[in-house]
Amino acid sequence: MTDQAIHGNANHPGNANHPIDGDVDNPEHVHHHIITPTQYLFVYLALIALTALTCAAAFVDLKWANPVIALGIACTQVVIVVLFDMHVAYQSRLIKLTIGAGFFMFLVMVTMTLTDYMSRSWGMW
Amino acid sequence: MDSALATTDPAEVHAEHGHVSLPQHRHHFETAEQQREAGSFGMWLFLLTEIMFFGGMFFSYLIYRNWYYPAFVVASNQLNVTIGTVNTMLLITSGFCMAIAVWAAEMRKRPLLRTMLILTALLGVIFLGLKSDEYYEKYELHHIPGNNFNISMFTNPAGYGIKEPPLSPDMAQRTQVFFFLYFAMTGMHALHMVIGLGILCWLIRRAHRGDFTAGYVAPVENFGLYWHFIDIVWLFLYPLLYLINRHPLH
Repeated sequence: MTDQAIHGNANHPGNANHPIDGDVDNPEHVHHHIITPTQYLFVYLALIALTALTCAAAFVDLKWANPVIALGIACTQVVIVVLFDMHVAYQSRLIKLTIGAGFFMFLVMVTMTLTDYMSRSWGMW
Repeated sequence: MDSALATTDPAEVHAEHGHVSLPQHRHHFETAEQQREAGSFGMWLFLLTEIMFFGGMFFSYLIYRNWYYPAFVVASNQLNVTIGTVNTMLLITSGFCMAIAVWAAEMRKRPLLRTMLILTALLGVIFLGLKSDEYYEKYELHHIPGNNFNISMFTNPAGYGIKEPPLSPDMAQRTQVFFFLYFAMTGMHALHMVIGLGILCWLIRRAHRGDFTAGYVAPVENFGLYWHFIDIVWLFLYPLLYLINRHPLH
């Protein structure tokens, strides 16, 4: 990779294949989906609104529902970020499956460790 | 077969395969699409190890919160919820700028890419500034776990004008567990941000040079994944550390 090659390309940003409507053709003929700024804006507003909601909900006494709501909102926000900001919704099945397997593996480890903690003090809580 | 082995000049090899030769395209990938896929895949594998790393801390939080719940509630309520909420909004805004930066790189908008990367970094710096202010307050109150930890605020909250139930000295000591986890988790999160800011400086320099606005967006895109991952960790830290129980004695 030479500097000349990079600058050569940068000096005439390829308008021959100007991006259209959320999809782009790179010179190497790669066609992939691109999320538009409007979509990012909606994602951003949703995340801000959910943050305000989780903060407000914490100041109301909802008994056992407080942590459930807080975690539910956090999980919703994370799913939105992963799917859209991190483009997973438009990735290949291989990548989707790998991420799913990773989270599942984490849950398996949490469950198994929790089983140990709970069974050791059985009847003492 | 013979000719393929004999040819070592990259240009000739490319010509033989009928590829479009671009500076960023490595020859061991069949297509640029495959190269991009492999890059994203590798980045996600790295992020999954990060999830395991932070996951361990979240798990110990879960166990200790159940064991020492009263201590966790009172200690959590000593955190500044306004700064915590503002910081959450700052990180979300920083993530939005990063997302727009990736879009700008794809669309080859060099000035916009540069502006968005700088904004991403700037919001990150403000986040760390507010965080250090919070750390300093804990230092002044002797709420950093260790020999100088002071439990009097938790055994005698009324004396400090705090509307909380007083804790027994034993349970008050357990607030150290909360603050240990608080510093460990937000500290590791902050360290990830500091590393991210370092990479951002390098990206801004290269973006300024025009490296990422000529069809080569992988570094910006993969850094975006890392930056959004930091967001994700904070989206869990915020409710778990700041909002355990914000309505005491009601």
